[in-house]
Amino acid sequence: MRPSARAITLTIVSLAIVLVTSLLIWLGWDATASDPQTTLDPLSDNARAVNDVYTLITILAGVVMIGVLTLVLAFSFVFRERPGHEAQQIHGNPRLEVFWTLIPVIIVVAIAVPSFQVIVDTTGDAPDKSVEVVATGHQWWFEFEYPELGALTANELHLPVGRSINVELRSGDVIHSFWVPQLSGKVDMVPGHNNRLWFTPEQTGTFLGQCAEFCGTSHAHMRFRVVVESEADFDAWVDSQLADAAPAQGTLAEAGEGIATTICAACHTIRGTTAAGQIGPDLTHVASRTTLASGMFDNDTDNLRDWLADPPDVKPGSKMPNLNLTDEQLDQLVAYLQGLD
Amino acid sequence: MATAAGTFPQAHEESTIWTWLTTVDHKKIGAMYGVTGFAFFLLAGFEALLIRTQLAVPNGTVVDAERFNQLFSMHALTMIFLAIMPLGASFFNFFLPLMIGARDVAFPRLNALSYWVFLGGALLLTSSFVFGGAPDGGWFAYAPLSAEEFSPGTGLDFYVVGLLLLGTSSLIASLNFAVTVINMRAPGMSMMRLPVFIWMMLVVNFLLILSLPVITVALIQLLFDRNFTTNFFTPSEGGDPILWQHLFWVFAHPEVYVLILPSMGIVSEVLPVFAKKPLFGYSAMVFAGVAIAVLGFAVWSHHMFTTGLDTVPQIVFSASTMAIAVPTGIKIFNWMGTLYGGSIQFNTAMYFAVSFIALFTIGGLSGVMHASPPVDSQQQDSYFIVAHIHYVLFGGAIVGIFSGIYYWFPKLTGRFLDETMGKVHFWTMFIGMNLTFFPMHFLGLSGMPRRIYTYDADLGWETWNMVATIGAYVLAFSVLVFLVNFFTTMRKAPDAPDNPWDAPTLEWATTSPPPEHDFDVIPVVRDRDPLWYDRDNGIEKPEVPAGLHIHLPPPSYFPLLMGGGSLLLGVGVLSHLALTALGVVIIVYSVWGWALEPTD
Amino acid sequence: MAAAEAAHGEHHASAGVDNRMLLMWIFLASECLFFGSLISTYLIFKGESLVRPLPEDVFDIPLTSASTFVLLMSSFTMVLAVYGAQHARPQMMKAALLATIIGGLVFLGFQVFEFKTFADEGLTLSTNQFGASFFVLTGFHGTHVGVGVLYLSSILFGSMRRNGLGKDGGTHVEIVGLYWHFVDIVWIVIFTVVYLIP
Repeated sequence: MRPSARAITLTIVSLAIVLVTSLLIWLGWDATASDPQTTLDPLSDNARAVNDVYTLITILAGVVMIGVLTLVLAFSFVFRERPGHEAQQIHGNPRLEVFWTLIPVIIVVAIAVPSFQVIVDTTGDAPDKSVEVVATGHQWWFEFEYPELGALTANELHLPVGRSINVELRSGDVIHSFWVPQLSGKVDMVPGHNNRLWFTPEQTGTFLGQCAEFCGTSHAHMRFRVVVESEADFDAWVDSQLADAAPAQGTLAEAGEGIATTICAACHTIRGTTAAGQIGPDLTHVASRTTLASGMFDNDTDNLRDWLADPPDVKPGSKMPNLNLTDEQLDQLVAYLQGLD
Repeated sequence: MATAAGTFPQAHEESTIWTWLTTVDHKKIGAMYGVTGFAFFLLAGFEALLIRTQLAVPNGTVVDAERFNQLFSMHALTMIFLAIMPLGASFFNFFLPLMIGARDVAFPRLNALSYWVFLGGALLLTSSFVFGGAPDGGWFAYAPLSAEEFSPGTGLDFYVVGLLLLGTSSLIASLNFAVTVINMRAPGMSMMRLPVFIWMMLVVNFLLILSLPVITVALIQLLFDRNFTTNFFTPSEGGDPILWQHLFWVFAHPEVYVLILPSMGIVSEVLPVFAKKPLFGYSAMVFAGVAIAVLGFAVWSHHMFTTGLDTVPQIVFSASTMAIAVPTGIKIFNWMGTLYGGSIQFNTAMYFAVSFIALFTIGGLSGVMHASPPVDSQQQDSYFIVAHIHYVLFGGAIVGIFSGIYYWFPKLTGRFLDETMGKVHFWTMFIGMNLTFFPMHFLGLSGMPRRIYTYDADLGWETWNMVATIGAYVLAFSVLVFLVNFFTTMRKAPDAPDNPWDAPTLEWATTSPPPEHDFDVIPVVRDRDPLWYDRDNGIEKPEVPAGLHIHLPPPSYFPLLMGGGSLLLGVGVLSHLALTALGVVIIVYSVWGWALEPTD
Repeated sequence: MAAAEAAHGEHHASAGVDNRMLLMWIFLASECLFFGSLISTYLIFKGESLVRPLPEDVFDIPLTSASTFVLLMSSFTMVLAVYGAQHARPQMMKAALLATIIGGLVFLGFQVFEFKTFADEGLTLSTNQFGASFFVLTGFHGTHVGVGVLYLSSILFGSMRRNGLGKDGGTHVEIVGLYWHFVDIVWIVIFTVVYLIP
């Protein structure tokens, strides 16, 4: 039975409505690709493989969505009650039902095969000669160690471009998750487990990461940065990180060092001084980092001062307490810490 | 139409508080579930509004981190356990006996008990806000964050005790409904003549019966870890946080089908009525529902793809999750087939039912994306998941429930909800819902994690967050419209006929609302669409035999007492064990009285 | 008259099984999942304890075999009780019910003794994963036995007061029998998986 002109017209109208809506959605989707922490601008082999599967599924899902929405809309228009037209008392159509059982099976298989391939690729062993990193999640900061290179830092990960990076994932307390969307899908940091992920960054740049498993009060503030740089720059960075802390320059900073080695030493390590605390981030080269408080804000004088003055006020629940430092002590400490390149 | 003298107050007699406290009538219990569920829906919606207001702008200051974390945890717990499940239970309670041609459920007092235990659990869980802070570990309370060490204070203890009570209530209700469907169908009502809504209910009951025990064990283990020095989930002592995740999700995945299947059943009832043709592919709908439930037990680790699962488990759980897309697709296509060739009357109930198909499809498609572990590695724990959840739970479950409310309102109350206000409600809810939740797909793709109380301005998330917040206020307005509609409608006198929609199922074969005893004469069922068959074959309503003697179960206060005892038991665990002992004594006394109480 | 009976709704059982019996069957299905989760937890933590005592340090297999035997015998007396109820032999039913109750109580006595002995030997809930998973599993099983004893006692007491079985015939006894056998079967699984398999 040929559909009537009316039915065809209404179906085209429905399709038009759905396509316009889909176009708007596509525009929104496309705009997302230029956001700073986007998942849609992959710059590593891992992220690219994931994005390829995602794109395939999105296209298939988009086709299904357009089809279903168009038909729902079309049927609503075409079969709206009108005088002289009775409903067709159909109970079913076995052939049609078999057809629309098989089509989803085919679509599902089309999605499954590339997905499984990527699973196998990413759950195997990391390539040989990968740069080894151990990332440990703490409430609410990231510790990064390079066991083979001997470097230890926090909240800012430096990596050489074009080399495979193997990140071992640990946790010092609750479950966290290591997520740098442009470089890799996330894997959780589970205490008592040895998870890992690996990827090869393809471009230099600074990439944003964030903890992606709810881990308590300041989960929202547990961010980090990944700096991908040339092999030479990376080697230079490692060398600078291996060095002991720079000595204090000037009386203000010297007084600050006094505070650091007495008060701060309870939780922090500053190599080359007596400060050897194991609870908070290593501060030996804190001034070399672009952000403070686990990616919360830029590392400048005002922010550093506000942080030191009252950490829990800045970062709710912070394990670093308000030390009730005087203004003078704050000036001294800031001067010292800003010298720790 | 005679009831045994003195057995039961007539429908037109005064109902006192005591009537409601001691009722064992499935219709009254259904009404209590419905009103309570809707009240908690409003509460959870208010919590969501606070969340959205806080997230409207970067570095918002509406609520602090601690309070926000409690709000998002309680929003989910309240919506899932105190709103959607009770609203589903409300429909099951009211309509199960009517749709199968029975006069009540198998165990009327057990039915009342499940409501009172539910109310106790709901009040206990919600009261946590006032007693030291609500649970703040998310609704899935992952270990070790849930341990005493990382969550000192009582919030998580309220979580454990509250959910144990709520789970007990659900289990009792499910057992009752399952026995009722299996054993109390009217003559001629074979299993393959059951309304799809009842089939979905049966499947939901079995999902709960088999999944609740698993979370019960998990909750007991968490309770013991927090209070009795065990270390089930403490890694440093040999425990494993991933064990919690497995036990939790073996329950919680079937739970999401518990949340959506009732609404799928409602839509399967509403579409045929207003398209004026039978449901397309009844058998496939039934089998697809059963398949979804069975497969639903085989997919739980798709919530754990990022926890470091090995290659084989990832592949297996991905495959089973993708497989669920097939029966789900069958249902969607069959609903569309029901519309095809119809003579569709677009009232509010139908608007909601048709939009369910569209909105649930969108939610289902994002779900298929998560089914691929590589894709999930970017989407997990981001706002993309939040978008998926709300398309299936709001666009699916809630929209389906509203469809059922508009459809069954005349049967429940004898009145019609106003259609103009209904259409305003529908359009503002539809627009609000999409405005709130569609942008969340973009936010997730933009790298915004979920469960964060604030975000910075340098991430490109402001626009969509603001749009989502505006959408949330539009949603709130739409619910307000519904409330106005409800209250103004209830002031009118009841005037609805037995079957205003010319619907096929048995609940429409009695008055609106039904009398205390549901049916004057238990109907005989000759077809899957009984009333359409009778209409098309000129079969009259049966004569009421002379001297008809209808026995109804008498009211009882033991369910109320036992519910109170179980609440006391829970309160005692959180405060003084003496109260728990008292609660046990009350429960034992109630069981004794219950067993000896005459039921005729 | 058929309409009146249908209106009464009392003896209407589409599946041919009494409502309460069906309720017990389905409830036991959920109990399978409950004990399954507890047993799974025990198995997951097998070999994961960081300190002693371990199973081989504390288990007294001969003693536990004796208590297992007592529980199995109580299932046998339960069968006799059901037989007595179904064949209108109230004296037999009451005696068998009493024997079952005594069997259950003896088993519980053994359990209490065993728990105390283990505690004296240094195994508690907090000692290690073995202690935690063992005591929670067997503790909840024991609770189920205890509830069963109470349930049996109330039926026995009820039948003694009424001096007969009431119009429900043996249905109540059959239902508690179903529960009792289930609790027994769970114990057999626990005994095998926890005690016997190394």
